[in-house]
Amino acid sequence: MNKTDALIIGAGPTGLFTAHQLKLIGLDCEIVDNLDKIGGQCIELYPDKPIYDIPAVPECTGEELTNNLINQLKPFDIKFHLSERVDEVKKDTDKWIVKTSKGKTFSTPNVIIAGGVGSFEPRKFAPKECEKFENKSLFYSIKDKKIFEGKAVTIFGGGDSALDWAVELSKNSKVNLVHRRDEFRGAQATVDQVKELEKSGKINVFTKFQLSKVNGSNEIESIDIKHDNNEIKNIETDYLLGFFGLIMQLGPIANWGLNIDKKTIQVDTEKFETNQKGIYAIGDICTYPGKLKLILSGFHEGALAARACFKLARPNEKYRFEFTTTSSNLLKRLGKKSD
Amino acid sequence: MTKITYVTHDSKTHEIDVQNGLTVMEGAVQNDIPGIDADCGGGMACATCHVYVKEEWLDKLPKKEDGEEDMLDMAFEPKKNSRLSCQLIVSDDLEGLTVDIPSKQA
Repeated sequence: MNKTDALIIGAGPTGLFTAHQLKLIGLDCEIVDNLDKIGGQCIELYPDKPIYDIPAVPECTGEELTNNLINQLKPFDIKFHLSERVDEVKKDTDKWIVKTSKGKTFSTPNVIIAGGVGSFEPRKFAPKECEKFENKSLFYSIKDKKIFEGKAVTIFGGGDSALDWAVELSKNSKVNLVHRRDEFRGAQATVDQVKELEKSGKINVFTKFQLSKVNGSNEIESIDIKHDNNEIKNIETDYLLGFFGLIMQLGPIANWGLNIDKKTIQVDTEKFETNQKGIYAIGDICTYPGKLKLILSGFHEGALAARACFKLARPNEKYRFEFTTTSSNLLKRLGKKSD
Repeated sequence: MTKITYVTHDSKTHEIDVQNGLTVMEGAVQNDIPGIDADCGGGMACATCHVYVKEEWLDKLPKKEDGEEDMLDMAFEPKKNSRLSCQLIVSDDLEGLTVDIPSKQA
């Protein structure tokens, strides 16, 4: 059981800055995120897109913003638990017991949900029968590429993941690549590589096709793909891979007894506390009159939620407001010498 | 005001007068039309405001930007007549536009 003053769910910009605020006022915290990397939507959806409305930062990309926030956390020791989803939050007298998908448990008086629009999950194939093959002969990510050796693999998607795996697997497998349109959005060099491999017969490319049916009882025998003009083709394949990107799902958060309205959590604007004492929601996932889904709003919400955490984590101490410019206390925590 | 018709997956039609300048997505969200999630709030950073426009409207709408097509790759069951409703700005030219909302977004 991990004990901490505050557990943050979500390692996006809001969660990161809130960790900074917590550490600055002398609380410890840990962060859990379902993605395998730090940065949330900024790193998953728009790492290269410039952002123009961060105060005092005229222009930065999602990746730069993330790196700056990570740098800002350098003075502090913060434990990240990546590739883990928080599945359960349960009350135990005056603490919350939090369980993750990897079986870790935390005991904490404060849970801060900075979960964006929920956790990122792979977008799945539409036909119903796909479910029964999932993780057996149908995958949305690859853990062990050896299983595909000498087999026929059909890859769906038009982005970097689909193209990279098509190139890689074509070395030892028979690869079909299926995409819903003629243009691929992956890196040009990889697109060119796929076209070369198509010419030399290493990859079969089917564009303007989508999956319509999977045939087979226990194992996949073949699939039907449907062209934009309704023509249907049958392809024999052993494995099916779907790389349609990630979508955001609210997931287990819906089961924690919080007031949820249109996938957002209702909070007050003093502590950003939910209807459950000690559970806060900040950033894109929270809602209140006048809410703006801006990164800067998340920073403000996190700063206030952090102060609210102090009361529950240190019930016998009084929180005193201080500036980083003048407080020797804060400077010490930041690892700086005071004048 | 421009009349936009939203057809939800249960075949119910919702005729809504949407203020010009708003997007087709905002028209749906503000009037509680189910099935348009708009997770990213209209930033073309997700595909949860995906709709199918009636064939006869395909050529009348402004062309898709690359970013919209890229996002549609990640939509649930995209088709030739798929659009992101956050990219369709309501104006007099859209009077009578009908969009079908997919059975699900996520």
